[in-house]
Amino acid sequence: MSAADEADAQALLAGSCPAPAEGDRVTLAHGAGAGASARLFDELLAPRLGGGPLDERHDSALLDAPEAGARLAFTTDSFVVSPLEFPGGDIGSLAVHGTLNDLAMSGARPRALSCGLILEEGLPLTTLARIAESMGAAARTAGVPIATGDTKVVERGKGDGIFVNTSGVGVVSPGRELHPKLVVPGDVLILTGSLGCHGAAVLCAREGLSFDADIMSDSEPLPDLVENLLEAVPEVHCLRDPTRGGLGALVHEIAAAAGVELRLEEAALPVDAPVASLCEILGLDPLFLACEGRFAAFVPEAHAGTALAALRSHPLGRAARCVGRVEPSTRGRTRVVVETRIGATRLLPLPAGEPLPRIC
Amino acid sequence: MRYVDEYRDADRVRRLADAVLAEATRPVTLMEVCGGQTHTILASGIQQLLTERVELLHGPGCPICVTPLETLDLALALTELPDVTVCSFGDMLRVPGSHGDLSAARARGGDVRVVYAPLDAARLAACEPDRRVVFLAVGFETTVPAVAAAARWARDRGLCNFFLLVSHVRVPPALELIASDPERRIQAFLAAGHVCTVMGTAEYQPIAATHDMPIVVTGFEPVDILQGVLMAVRQIERGEAQVSIQYRRAVRDEGNPAARALIDEVFEATDRPWRGIGIIQQGGLGLRQEYASLDAQQLIPTDALPQPEEPERCRASEVLQGRMRPPECPEFGRGCRPEQPLGAPMVSSEGACAAYFAYRIGDVEDEIASQDPAREAQA
Repeated sequence: MSAADEADAQALLAGSCPAPAEGDRVTLAHGAGAGASARLFDELLAPRLGGGPLDERHDSALLDAPEAGARLAFTTDSFVVSPLEFPGGDIGSLAVHGTLNDLAMSGARPRALSCGLILEEGLPLTTLARIAESMGAAARTAGVPIATGDTKVVERGKGDGIFVNTSGVGVVSPGRELHPKLVVPGDVLILTGSLGCHGAAVLCAREGLSFDADIMSDSEPLPDLVENLLEAVPEVHCLRDPTRGGLGALVHEIAAAAGVELRLEEAALPVDAPVASLCEILGLDPLFLACEGRFAAFVPEAHAGTALAALRSHPLGRAARCVGRVEPSTRGRTRVVVETRIGATRLLPLPAGEPLPRIC
Repeated sequence: MRYVDEYRDADRVRRLADAVLAEATRPVTLMEVCGGQTHTILASGIQQLLTERVELLHGPGCPICVTPLETLDLALALTELPDVTVCSFGDMLRVPGSHGDLSAARARGGDVRVVYAPLDAARLAACEPDRRVVFLAVGFETTVPAVAAAARWARDRGLCNFFLLVSHVRVPPALELIASDPERRIQAFLAAGHVCTVMGTAEYQPIAATHDMPIVVTGFEPVDILQGVLMAVRQIERGEAQVSIQYRRAVRDEGNPAARALIDEVFEATDRPWRGIGIIQQGGLGLRQEYASLDAQQLIPTDALPQPEEPERCRASEVLQGRMRPPECPEFGRGCRPEQPLGAPMVSSEGACAAYFAYRIGDVEDEIASQDPAREAQA
């Protein structure tokens, strides 16, 4: 261990956790297994992430089995966002919301989360504490414990401060079926809120773009809102959250999986004014910016009114609206058509890669 | 959004389209010069409202498309030098050189950074004196003042590690070339509004007069474009050939004198190759002698670079000069697609081929399938 690492380890030993002083940093010793590792978990992470099975410190978390006829949903996701903290959230709350939302999109009620942290040598412990605090708070707000976890440390330069992996387990009630293949002509596409706030907020924070109007990430947990909808309208065919690639990528995926044509109504697509302005300036399309607190629901048209009412009765679904509909494919080709504001039609292109600002 | 939403108003758009169809007594063909206008036309579906009475052809106004392969190859070669950082606008990253693009060069370990303004690149050079920072300066007159400002900023501070790889192009010589084409299909230009915001309209007067062609300086929203079309159609119907301004909210006849003075201080007109078209007399801007020390070409011997390799089947030249619409190209949607482009117009965010592929490929695939019974059966 280098002298600096030793000093850092001593700082931890001296009881700087759970409120580490500025300047304390992650060292390779924190990944060595015993000593500093144990203290990092006991003094910094567990108080922030625990409160459930994690506090048992067992090799595995033990969870109650679901009721008869129910099925388990299991998902995992890794988060590598830069910067680690942005207006409206950070990598910790984002990781919790992202995994809870993936479970919810399958119709599952989340039961437990895991938390894998890959820390880069040199990460300030104050930053780690803030992220862990935010992560724990997000899990507690959603009522889903972080049940198990793991921490590794990589050398300086081999990470991006912190990478977070979260897995989640949830229970799907008997008879509940949600899948892209169930989407059929006659369904309508309901979106629960405005587009692109998360992608725009991260872009502004990453590129240091100062903007007159604050743009906040829409990162939120969606399981409650999903339960509201599915209890009111069990006939919903599919749910999907427009994360990476935004609504634009989502509709292409659904169209391809279901073998249908999707038609979006341009004038109905909700985009907040600051996001729309940012997109105008940079030449980006809000349809392809990520959301982390919205979802799209494919609902038989006869149930659309009930679905909208159920969604709008929840704080996260107040802006829900119908933005498109599903039609049969043309000549066996699945595609997405946009009905433009001026009454014409065009195809919705799928970008070749990450959106990039244009020259002029 | 003020100044945007009112120019996308569906009722205004329909009324303007109806007026165009009522006033055009015979079919007309117009060219919108700028790739941004092309994308608006295709993304909003304006051509559908104008029916076949007014044909809109797409011009050479995509700065990415006309950047010569040699320039891209040089930028790629610079990324391989150990202490060089190449800065670029985001949409240059995916444009193919002879062997790969800047995005791939970055993946190979080259230091390629996206900047939002040329001055950001100059500031980077000031912050990192151990690196040589090259800004890939492409674009029409619109982007030149900001590059000139960065050049002056760097010179005023005596920066020795900031360079410009200049490939700026001028619009009027390209319009002159297109207007003088004996096979030209077009009867009027919709000129690029933002270029005239800087340069004004003086350079367009002799083109309109010599070639008896109306030139309407036009904005970029659907209402702008349809107003521009209506103004052009009225001139054609009356037998006039004036330079007129639709984009009055941004353009004055004299342009922006301060910006023009800045351009003149740093740059001078020069002959320049346009990708797909060839050398256009006075078609570009080069650094003046006083700023020659900023020229990035001195960083690498250009004769050390391999010959640029342009795919022979690419018909970008005809597309850029309005002789052919992208779907008329035999390779469009077949041998040339965004994932396997033959030329820059299929990948650039302002490229006409990319716009057609993005917004209308379904129609084109229907055409292709109907010409090929086996494929039709498969579909």
